Amino acid sequence: MFGKLSLEAIPYHEPIIMSTVVVIVIAAAILLGGITYYRKWTYLWSEWITSIDHKKLGIMYFLVALVMLIRGFADAIMMRTQQAMAAGGAEGYLPPEHYDQIFTAHGVIMIFFVAMPMVIGLMNLVVPLQIGARDVAFPFMNNLSFWLFAAGVVLVNVSLFVGEFAKTGWLAYAPLSGIEYSPGVGVDYWIWALQISGIGTTLTGINFFVTILKMRTKGMTLFRMPIFTWTSLCTNALIIASFPILTATIALLTLDRYLGMHFFTNDFGGNQMMYVNLIWAWGHPEVYILILPAFGVFSEVISTFSRKRLFGYGTMVWATVAITFLSFVVWLHHFFTMGAGADVNAFFGIATMIIAIPTGVKIFNWLFTMYRGRIEFTAPVLWTLGFIITFTLGGMTGVMLAVPGANFVLHNSLFVIAHFHNVIIGGVVFGMMAGLVYWFPKAFGFTLDEKWGKRAFWCWLIGFFVAFTPLYILSFDGAMRRMQSYANAEWQPMMLVAWVGAFIIMLGIISTVVQFIVSIRDRKKNADVTGDPWDARTLEWSTSSPAPFYNFAHLPEVEAIDDYWETKRNNGGKVLRPTQVEYQDIHMPRNTVAGPVIGALSIVFGFALVWHIWWLAAVGAVGIFVAFMMRVFNDDIDYHVPAAEVERIEREHQQRLEMQA
Amino acid sequence: MRKNRWLRVFSLLLIVALPLLLAGCDSILMDPKGQVGAEEKRLILTAFGLMLIVVIPVIVMTIMFAWRYRSGNSEAGYSPDWAHSHVIEVIVWFIPCVIIVFLAILTWHTSHSLDPHKPLDVDSDAEVMEIGVVSLDWKWLFIYPEQGIATVNEVVFPADVPVHFRVTSGSVMNSFMIPRLGSQIYAMAGMDNDVHLIADEQGTYWGRSTNYSGAGFSEMIFEAQVTSQQGFDAWVEEVRNSPDTLAFPNGYQALAEPSIDHPVEYFSNVSPDLYDQIIQSFHDGSEMSGHGSHASGHGEHGGEKQAMPMSAEAAE
Repeated sequence: MFGKLSLEAIPYHEPIIMSTVVVIVIAAAILLGGITYYRKWTYLWSEWITSIDHKKLGIMYFLVALVMLIRGFADAIMMRTQQAMAAGGAEGYLPPEHYDQIFTAHGVIMIFFVAMPMVIGLMNLVVPLQIGARDVAFPFMNNLSFWLFAAGVVLVNVSLFVGEFAKTGWLAYAPLSGIEYSPGVGVDYWIWALQISGIGTTLTGINFFVTILKMRTKGMTLFRMPIFTWTSLCTNALIIASFPILTATIALLTLDRYLGMHFFTNDFGGNQMMYVNLIWAWGHPEVYILILPAFGVFSEVISTFSRKRLFGYGTMVWATVAITFLSFVVWLHHFFTMGAGADVNAFFGIATMIIAIPTGVKIFNWLFTMYRGRIEFTAPVLWTLGFIITFTLGGMTGVMLAVPGANFVLHNSLFVIAHFHNVIIGGVVFGMMAGLVYWFPKAFGFTLDEKWGKRAFWCWLIGFFVAFTPLYILSFDGAMRRMQSYANAEWQPMMLVAWVGAFIIMLGIISTVVQFIVSIRDRKKNADVTGDPWDARTLEWSTSSPAPFYNFAHLPEVEAIDDYWETKRNNGGKVLRPTQVEYQDIHMPRNTVAGPVIGALSIVFGFALVWHIWWLAAVGAVGIFVAFMMRVFNDDIDYHVPAAEVERIEREHQQRLEMQA
Repeated sequence: MRKNRWLRVFSLLLIVALPLLLAGCDSILMDPKGQVGAEEKRLILTAFGLMLIVVIPVIVMTIMFAWRYRSGNSEAGYSPDWAHSHVIEVIVWFIPCVIIVFLAILTWHTSHSLDPHKPLDVDSDAEVMEIGVVSLDWKWLFIYPEQGIATVNEVVFPADVPVHFRVTSGSVMNSFMIPRLGSQIYAMAGMDNDVHLIADEQGTYWGRSTNYSGAGFSEMIFEAQVTSQQGFDAWVEEVRNSPDTLAFPNGYQALAEPSIDHPVEYFSNVSPDLYDQIIQSFHDGSEMSGHGSHASGHGEHGGEKQAMPMSAEAAE
């Protein structure tokens, strides 16, 4: 009846897990109770859960990402604490059984459920506004993508309380992830969480690729697009090209585990090297999926706050395109030590280094954007400066790893860990934090507190170097990744320094939380009435903050790069205020019930497959199919906002502007 | 006042950071005990130096530009529309290109000279010694085909003799590495991988798996003892006198059972074919393959016969 599921699957005997359960249950009870008490369920359902508004979906992606950041960071603190303790024969407080799940969960959560939703959330919020569109090309699909992603999040978190998570490392290398060596349900949770959210990501990629190519407003030629939109275009091209590889690879592993096939097993003709190649053929583009939009954020931020055009726009675009293509021909650098021949290793090593050229050019372009500018040291600028320095160092260690001869001794060591945190924290996290502060007013209508924003930055920057410099040093003494304990007691002081660094980063996360609280308190004082709090350059700042659900009452026309900045300048530095305009009906998509329903059924489907509850999986699958068909045959999916309603909303905005003046 | 406080913070950070950096200097990778490791050390430092040519100016420019063009500084120029310069564009493409050309040439040469499959160029006319290495859950089996012996979690060889390690796995993927000597190589079931190493100084160095392989991974450590020729011969005699022997599949199967922190074991009278038999067992599709308890539950059918073990290189 319940497949492999029984009451024994709940880890009663694990005090750490059980106390986490208690905290989560209490938090959830308070949250749900609060929603019920204030009668907010209908509001939540009609305004958020079923919403197809790209801005709201963007906010929801980011919110989930921040919550999961806390979960992933809790894993990080536990790992650092374990390694600070488990020296010279000491076992620490986490047995391998538990520790191995934690580092796997940390990697999976931080990449798939923190970095990805931050990037996708920011794209959702910003891209349609930047290209002067009223929504994305496929609004329903956008909502569905979010709920498939959310289903993945739920499955990963359920694994904490029911059963176990994978003990394989975040990429679940075969044959360790095969049924023979990982008979538990951990890898199955990994499979279905990634498979379901991965399909959501693929749909997002298609959606935004089409949106950017087909929905640009009049005059917005490709080479007038803001750089963030350009980097998003490339990121979505990468998603479309690489995520199907992940889906297929995981599907093959699923066949191995569920139907006893031998794609990646040790014997019967299975080939584990194929698994490693396939997973990195997706995995390497994946890191560029994350970093390119961050590059886009820095480009917008540095140009806005230097009050100056971005240096070398064309170069920036072509460098991005070059990185996009090159990211597909470097995957083998993740396993030079597998034993491919010298020619193969040299090819992939050199291909990897070539990526450093366009990336280096981008960095110089940002520097020359600051040159002869008027830089305001706001929090987004601090994140950007911190990024340039940190990422340059990370790039350097990356090139060192790309030399096969050096890689032969650095591979699998803490050097690799330090390197990719160097580029992911210094690049992706800093970029997303900069983007959060920068675009927050566009989402909510008030700016974030600068003081706490800067404190968050300094904690992250200092915390990063204190936490990861010791790992670089330890790697030269032969310290490897994924060790639950180590015999060499001399490593302990460095591990303790790294532990302190993790706590400094924690202060950074707390600062961000305080920043939110303080900013919400002061929201009246920090209200963004004009819609353009930074005196910025691109279209999203030409509409009010928060942007109306239809984004633009009149679709803007564009004549140049940074068109909004040019318009303002031609009007003596003032925002153009339309007077005496005629409003028209606006064609908009309707909210959807199908998205959240399919998402919920996907949780059922995934959970049933993890535990081999076949009848329930069938219920889930049929349910998904029926919900999808009902959506397909539903013709009532759009409506017109009457011109009078548009006029009313726009008038209110005008009045606020006049009141401020 | 404010500036001074920052200076003090920075100098304090520097004082804290300096011993950390110095600690790296006498580390294992910076004090290698063999030709391969020495070349790799040189390569790391060269690549590091080449990269610094760009990295240092970038960091200096970031701080300089940010400070000079801060909005409060009315002395600095302001050109809001200046966004293009052929000279700068050429320079910023040219410098990274030149450095990468140098690095690429270096990479091409060292990928070949340090290719783990390539026998070492050594001056001495010492004959190459062959040792088979099998990663098991979670211990290392070393097979000496010429001496007809095998050991667990201890490998001994003479200094200045090039050693050809043939590396495979009886379980999941691992990676075989003795950090003091240099290169690592993946150990994969059914694959005949190899790495050539040499030690130029006697001593005891530790080696381990670097590729996560499950619960006992952290303790998957072995001792590599580099001795004189006489010391080695004496050690071989000692192993030959061991009462234990290892045969395939029976004894091997018991050894392959998962164990953590396995003690050192010596086996005399080991068939020189043992290493090949272990690889072959993954290709014959039989139930008798003997991969420890993990292998239980395999079907009887399927799996094609493969006469020759596949080398990792050929399979790439």
